[in-house]
Amino acid sequence: MPLRHKNYSVFRWKAVSDNIKIYIINMLEIKNLHANIEGKEILKGIDLKVNAGEIHAIMGPNGSGKSTLSSVLVGNPAFEVTEGEVLYNGKNLLELEPEDRSRAGIFLSFQYPVEIPGVSMVNFMRAAVNEHRKYKGLEPVSATDFLKLMREKRAIVELDNKLAGRSVNEGFSGGEKKRNEIFQMAMLEPKLSILDETDSGLDIDALRIVAKGVNEMRSSENATIVITHYQRLLEYIKPDFVHVLYNGRIVKSAGPELALELEKKGYDWIKEPETKA
Amino acid sequence: MGAEKQYIDLFAQQENLITKHSPEVMNKLRAQAFEDFKRIGFPSSNDENYRYTDVQKAFSSDYGLNLNRLDMSFKPEDVFHCDLPNLGTSLYFMVNDSYVEKTHKDKNLPDGTFVGGFRKFAEMHPDVAARYYGKAASTAHDGIIAINSMLAQDAFVIYVPKGVVVEKPMQLINILRSKVEMMANRRMLIIMEAHSEARLLVCDHCLDYKKFLATQVVEIFVGEGAFLDFYELEETNDLTTRFSSLHVKQEANSNVLVNGITLMNGLSRNNYYFELNGEYAEATLCGMGVMDKEKKVDVYSHITHAVPNCHSTELFKNVLNDHSVGSFAARILVKLDAQKTRAYQSNRNLLLTRDARMYSKPQLEIYADDVKCSHGMTTGQLDENALFYLRSRGIPEAEARMMLSVAFTADVLDHIRLEPLRERLTALVEKRFRGELATCSGCSCF
Repeated sequence: MPLRHKNYSVFRWKAVSDNIKIYIINMLEIKNLHANIEGKEILKGIDLKVNAGEIHAIMGPNGSGKSTLSSVLVGNPAFEVTEGEVLYNGKNLLELEPEDRSRAGIFLSFQYPVEIPGVSMVNFMRAAVNEHRKYKGLEPVSATDFLKLMREKRAIVELDNKLAGRSVNEGFSGGEKKRNEIFQMAMLEPKLSILDETDSGLDIDALRIVAKGVNEMRSSENATIVITHYQRLLEYIKPDFVHVLYNGRIVKSAGPELALELEKKGYDWIKEPETKA
Repeated sequence: MGAEKQYIDLFAQQENLITKHSPEVMNKLRAQAFEDFKRIGFPSSNDENYRYTDVQKAFSSDYGLNLNRLDMSFKPEDVFHCDLPNLGTSLYFMVNDSYVEKTHKDKNLPDGTFVGGFRKFAEMHPDVAARYYGKAASTAHDGIIAINSMLAQDAFVIYVPKGVVVEKPMQLINILRSKVEMMANRRMLIIMEAHSEARLLVCDHCLDYKKFLATQVVEIFVGEGAFLDFYELEETNDLTTRFSSLHVKQEANSNVLVNGITLMNGLSRNNYYFELNGEYAEATLCGMGVMDKEKKVDVYSHITHAVPNCHSTELFKNVLNDHSVGSFAARILVKLDAQKTRAYQSNRNLLLTRDARMYSKPQLEIYADDVKCSHGMTTGQLDENALFYLRSRGIPEAEARMMLSVAFTADVLDHIRLEPLRERLTALVEKRFRGELATCSGCSCF
């Protein structure tokens, strides 16, 4: 599958049968994306397409721009987009506020989840879920239904029942913080999930729990971008595509076998963009 | 001397009228208060402790006073309903500076306990009244206490005898109401004898959009092993100026919590004085101010550890928006004998705009050598990372800011030892940050 098109197209063809083809809009299409932080250019022309049902892994050495890419996609105001565009279901994503992107179905599992003393998980999640419902034209969820939902989703990542009363991420262990991210993902049921270094700081049991959660939520309707430094997580969350990000560009894209190769050889052997055919 | 003159003239001319309508025990202190006031006057802006509050200006308007103690033309019970859900307090009212006598007797009060106006109390317990009135708040060094002692004609009194536990929380509603600009001089006297227990919530309200000046002196005596919660909630309006001076004297093993919350006001100066005079006494002093527009909250506190093994905790938080100004000056004094003292003082402030100002001066003065004390102050902005985190989950920016502001004040509310009151006040604070607060939802003020 060609990942770098000369002629950018919002649509792709999908063959339904021998003689019927339908248009499918790419869920996410990133075109020549450049972004700065504090005047320093980090992303130097990213191109990427993600479709429903797919899992993409983005790998790369430290400082290659992996986390910047995820921050830009969810609208972190610390980053400035200087060039290029991002289409989400065919619409300009970059003009949306972070809260609107979330309600439109984009979710970031933070590399460093923020501790918010004084805001309880239950109030935080109720506010978030109700905002999502409002966006869909639904009434706020009832107290009993909400607690039921919390209980159900909590179980996916094996967080205990003290969670509700605790302040957001405050005093959580590294593993609990990451499980809490996946719990929030389960609560909000996003279309496009971006997992930013979700495996960092996790022991093998926590990693398994997190991966199990992600896999349970996987469907033909949603897509996932897994950003990781190591191949380890990809043993549990199997990607369809692996991309290597280096110095602000995607320098190589291939199938899942690329991850294994990177694990063996490191990043040194691919540092220049693949020559365009 | 500027603003003082009109009060000196007023007292000289109206002394007979003032004393005629006051209990005798209050009149006994008046001459001394008058002498002290003539001598020291109001604190000037050169006074280190009053640098951020212009007292002269606050007192310079020509306010009316109800020296004749004319009756109010309304019954507060009829116009004011402020029951805390699930709490069911015994309700008392002061309108301006007069206690409103209840029409029927309190069924819930244990025998021997007195709650009500000073005139009646002085008749029933003349010796107790004389023993305590004016004994914690000295007129000698503070012009505002002096003027209050000169002009006050009534007081709200709680007297809980030895060993008596008042189960039902009490609530005092201070109502300011007037057709003209008005000055009110309030007093409170709370006497907790050994091993007694009580809880009081005081709410300040304004029913008319007129300029009000309220001075208030609260004297609290807490005997050995006694237990008192004193919550104060100000919800007046931007024309109201308040000068409060609260004095607590604690005996051994007593436990006092004072929590002062300012949600709506104009200018408020709140002074707190604690004296820990008996071993193993425990004091918690906390409070918060939510300010916007041109509002001002100026907190001054002085906690004295006079004996060993006492414990004090102090926490004040402010959230300042627009052009509001906050000030915090606090001192903990640990005397030479007060070994094994534990004293913690903390002031944290959140500035929501570039124009808001906060002045903070946390101080410890320690003469004993075996103590655990700390003080600290932080002033900063909302955490941008936290804000983004909330927004990234779909919560709109304004809502996220509100949630973080409420969260910032959470630990002051956590110090409330009555669950229903804590819930109710948390809801009120949320409403305040949403800008919906005029009065609490339970009140049907007009």
